[in-house]
Amino acid sequence: MLAEFWAPFVDYGFMRRALAGCVSLSVGAAPLGCILLLRRMSLVGDALSHAILPGVALGYLLFGLSVPAMTVGGLLAGLLVAALAGTVTRLTALREDASFAAFYLISLALGVLLISLRGSSADLLHVLFGSVLALDDASLLLGASIATISVLALAVVYRPLVVECFDPGFAARMGQQGVIAQGVFMLLLVLNLVGAFHAMGTLMAVAFVVLPAAAARFWARSLGAQMGLAIGLGLAGSLAGLLASFHLDIAASAAIALSLAVLYVLSLSMGPEGSLLAQRGKLVLLPRTPGSGGRA
Amino acid sequence: MGDVVIRGQGLVLHDASFRYRDTIVVDGVSGCFAPGSLTAIVGPNGAGKTTLLKGLLGLIGPCRGSVVRSADGPATAYLAQSREGVDGFPVDVADFVAMGLWPRIGSLAAVTRPLAARVGQAIAAVGLQGREHHWVGELSGGQFQRVRFARLIVQDAPLILLDEPFAAIDRQTTVDLMRVVTGWHAQGRTVIAVLHDLELVRAHFPQTLVLAGRVLAWGATDRSLAVLEPVP
Repeated sequence: MLAEFWAPFVDYGFMRRALAGCVSLSVGAAPLGCILLLRRMSLVGDALSHAILPGVALGYLLFGLSVPAMTVGGLLAGLLVAALAGTVTRLTALREDASFAAFYLISLALGVLLISLRGSSADLLHVLFGSVLALDDASLLLGASIATISVLALAVVYRPLVVECFDPGFAARMGQQGVIAQGVFMLLLVLNLVGAFHAMGTLMAVAFVVLPAAAARFWARSLGAQMGLAIGLGLAGSLAGLLASFHLDIAASAAIALSLAVLYVLSLSMGPEGSLLAQRGKLVLLPRTPGSGGRA
Repeated sequence: MGDVVIRGQGLVLHDASFRYRDTIVVDGVSGCFAPGSLTAIVGPNGAGKTTLLKGLLGLIGPCRGSVVRSADGPATAYLAQSREGVDGFPVDVADFVAMGLWPRIGSLAAVTRPLAARVGQAIAAVGLQGREHHWVGELSGGQFQRVRFARLIVQDAPLILLDEPFAAIDRQTTVDLMRVVTGWHAQGRTVIAVLHDLELVRAHFPQTLVLAGRVLAWGATDRSLAVLEPVP
């Protein structure tokens, strides 16, 4: 009975590879999600993940299903859209979320068009939905490198990034580090989304960024704890998703995204920090203890 | 504090004008904030007080004239008017106050034990000892203003600019924080504050600048405030 939890990984190399890919995704992407959430920019992450599509498609169009070509293409497209959206926000009256939404629609349409120019619908499926059970060495190495770079770079820019998040005026008065940190953060985000698309596809690449972070938020208040928890939740969701996919014979990347979503819904309903359960508790308790919990 | 002597930074303005968007809102200011002076800036809403502060801070440059600092010192400390969006952000009092160490430790250096001790002293100086690990987003308006003052203390700057530091703050908090301001003055720092409460200005500020798009009066508080009184 217990063997069902580990036997697939012992018996099948592709399951081990999938798990390794998911570990690097969790470690790299989940902490970034916590920052994204604090900046109320989850939708920007979503938009960026679609924005890499035309670059990936262009790489595919020119070089076929090659990991380096599609990665470089995706990276360039993601950075271009991030820079363009940032510039539009600075130069016009449009807010950041709106300009990202506009650019991502353009990118998505352009990407699908580019792939349909040459590819089969199987290739389109691969790019849109990923193939976590068919990760080759190149994709795995890429994922692990991106996770390593992410964790190290995040540690270096952590302080200015956090200050920039909640007191941008103060960060600006202290110099350029806040702005640089923000740029590094966007770069890391694009890197992780590009790393994630091989496994999860451009449509679900953002799952590891958004879902574990959103779930962790219901269990811990401090940012550090949220980041650690998000990584753990990402790992748990990957494991559950891969096992479900193996035993029930369902699409793996969708199973992983759904497992992460289940963890999110569980956290949202019963986590100790601001979940449905916690809020309900507050509403019942308040009238019973008048005066307590008020501000000093 | 008290026994420390700081060389305050002075500011000299020569016919300095500042714009907000496309309009000149502060026109032709000439004069001097002497090192170690304590000056209140008063005037009606829209008089250009915040714009002038930002000009003194160097956040905006003068569109005409000049602002000259008496010495190239460490960064100026500035208390902005708005409550910068900390609501719900997971940062506690100690971390928030430690942000004031930025000019010294930048983004990488550690908060060493002596520096942490300074953070603790600053928190105590604004009367928040024991609340080091409360979330800033859950503090009342007055407590939050105390925390921001603690961050200014930690910044340890020779020139401190305050934009309406006591707006919407209760009396006790105002009294406590005003004590911090007079402490800075006693240490020799230059302090410039935008204020609306003329009683407070009369009681604590030796110098006053009355602003309404241009300088109506600038000098000893009693004489400056006289221009605001209706002519009999």
